[in-house]
Amino acid sequence: MTKKKSVKVALIGNPNSGKSSLFNHLTGLNQKVGNFPGVTVDKKTGICKISEDLRADVIDLPGTYSLYPRSIDERVVLDILINKNSKDYPDVIVVIADAANLKRNLLLFSQVIDLGLPTVLALNMLDVSINLGQKVKPVEIARDLNIPVVSINARNGDGVNLLKRAIEQVEQPRKEFIDVLEFASEVIADVKFAFHIDNNYEALLIAQQGRFSDFFSDEEKKKIFDINAKNKFNHEFIQSKEILARYEKIDKLVRHSVEYNVNKNKNLTERIDKLLTHKVFGYLIFFAILFLIFQSIFTWANYPMDLIDGTFANISQWLKNVLPEGILSDLFTEGIIPGIGGIVIFIPQIAILFAFISILEESGYMSRVVFLMDKIMRKFGLNGKSVVPLISGVACAIPAIMATRTISNWKERLITIFVTPFMSCSARLPVYTILIALVVPETMLFGFLSMQAVALMGLYLLGFIMAILSAWILKFIVKIEEKSYFIMELPLYKFPRWKHVGLTIYEKSRTFVVEAGKIILAISIILWVLASFPKKGMDEAATTLSAQLKMDSHSERDFQKRMDAVRLENSYAGMFGKTIEPIIKPLGYDWKIGIALITSFAAREVFVGTMATIYSIGSDDADDITIKSRMKAEINPDTGGPRYTPAVAFSLLIFYAFAMQCMSTLAIVYRETKHWKYPLLQLIYMSGLAYLFSFMVFQILK
Amino acid sequence: MSKSVADLKPGEYGTIKGFLDNIISLKLMEMGCLPGVKVKMNFSAPLGDPVAIDVAGYNLSLRTSEASNILIE
Repeated sequence: MTKKKSVKVALIGNPNSGKSSLFNHLTGLNQKVGNFPGVTVDKKTGICKISEDLRADVIDLPGTYSLYPRSIDERVVLDILINKNSKDYPDVIVVIADAANLKRNLLLFSQVIDLGLPTVLALNMLDVSINLGQKVKPVEIARDLNIPVVSINARNGDGVNLLKRAIEQVEQPRKEFIDVLEFASEVIADVKFAFHIDNNYEALLIAQQGRFSDFFSDEEKKKIFDINAKNKFNHEFIQSKEILARYEKIDKLVRHSVEYNVNKNKNLTERIDKLLTHKVFGYLIFFAILFLIFQSIFTWANYPMDLIDGTFANISQWLKNVLPEGILSDLFTEGIIPGIGGIVIFIPQIAILFAFISILEESGYMSRVVFLMDKIMRKFGLNGKSVVPLISGVACAIPAIMATRTISNWKERLITIFVTPFMSCSARLPVYTILIALVVPETMLFGFLSMQAVALMGLYLLGFIMAILSAWILKFIVKIEEKSYFIMELPLYKFPRWKHVGLTIYEKSRTFVVEAGKIILAISIILWVLASFPKKGMDEAATTLSAQLKMDSHSERDFQKRMDAVRLENSYAGMFGKTIEPIIKPLGYDWKIGIALITSFAAREVFVGTMATIYSIGSDDADDITIKSRMKAEINPDTGGPRYTPAVAFSLLIFYAFAMQCMSTLAIVYRETKHWKYPLLQLIYMSGLAYLFSFMVFQILK
Repeated sequence: MSKSVADLKPGEYGTIKGFLDNIISLKLMEMGCLPGVKVKMNFSAPLGDPVAIDVAGYNLSLRTSEASNILIE
């Protein structure tokens, strides 16, 4: 048997160059997403069979225009290429270049080949460039640079086999693209000596950027600093000389490897842009698309969600029947299975949302949205790019917060992360629905606007307004001085690739299940424990009650319900509820609502289930109507009137709109900011705000 | 005072001759905004900011504050 050899291949390229499509063609479904050490940038890796006895571990590096990074995503590329100890340090680099934007793409390529690693150039979108009136000749480029150049079509996979052959055979570049010794020979020599490096450009990059790279120790950073100081190294001046020298050479190269025709045909994108960035239609179209997205999240997603809900209830019921009665059975049927159900139920909404977002991104429209919204968002301390996280927040804050990574300015990114959870996520929807149904009449405004729908929209709007206002306040509080850049390509409009859309949906849903799932599951189990113990106290209370009830004639089901309720009252959860009752009383809540507030920390929609248990509704008929009617009948012993007066219901609605009640979000904020300070402040700020506003609402409406 | 890209009206051309801000200039140069290169103002966002320019054969969007750092003749 021959032993299979493997090589590490890194894919590098500009954003919009087709890098991810190529990655999908090379690896198919053999991919996994992990993290780069120390940062939370997604690391996509996959396995590709190059030939019978060669296997490639392919890593898809974040898109970048240059090895001089502008965001944490882009820094990953540099950090891997100047760190030979990194386990991702590649044996072969494939640079994918958009032939329609050849010069700008060749800048990155020229930097990569100067690092001296075996490099292949994959020229993509030759068809687009021909339509634009440029005929690129790969053979000329290959001959000039003495580097393998392969024409590919990343959309349909043409040329991928040739690329594999090239990966198999590629050698180190014979010559440098430019001689960087001309700019800073002393610094380069010193860095090479101090860090035992052979490559000139690698040494220059360390001098330029090493101080920001986390893999260097403080001692090493000091070394870099001393070398730079000794040689009076002028970072910006040297970098600008480097860029100019590279472009000068690229110009020469392009002059005889590209033929230009007069017929220019960028008209389609230009014409679409006239409409989509129009003063009036631009915003109208954007809002129409937003409306479509919301509409589909809230209507289409209902069918699969009901199905999931029913399925998990059935599984629970089935397990209850087959498992021997006891704690283990209870743990499964009341803790674990509903916990998993509570995670899976959000997948339809997340999948639909990310289908839309990925189509908008693929087509090139998302950059126009960023373009349209930048000025407005900036007034509030945000960035045009904050629009994507804010929209995503309507489904779930977790993928939304991860989507802030494209914002290169740390202050704007931090503010975006901080305010995104104000957007009403799908977990709040069941809570909104039931409370609105309870107190808002079903009448129609002007004959066609449902009052209940208006109330629901009002809550979503309220969340958005609070997000924007908080961002505006934070703009003045957060003291981070960093220049904010916008500079961004508006790519040509393209038809989305469905396979790519599918992979994005899969990826986002998976991330949600893994990230939020483990926390929701853990909390569901903890809550089950809190609601099921101490057994002794609960049993005693139940025995007392059953003795009382025996006197009256009660149906068996009613009896069982009242028993469940008294058990919950005497559980740890019940005790907690009673402990916090004095704190929440000014908001109009009693200890039962207190339990629901606590259990909502797993996920807000748990509110509905908790209500069902507290108001002792059997799990067999846990539809809204029964919960609703039961909640409606609940009496407030202090007033003798109904417990859920409009004042209480609105106070609760406001509380759920503003409060930070999601452990998974806090965990993800910690992961993204690498600091406990931020999730903690978020928890205090949002919950404080929720308390304050709920208090005001209750006291005013009371 | 010399003219910058931010002063161009949609459809107007200019040739880059230099930059006012060092750090932004590095980013812009990487994106193909080099001295001697011809730029065309394409359109601006409805609120006047950011703007989209045609440079090196593609559409680049940038804020007017960034565009005003690109000097043209």
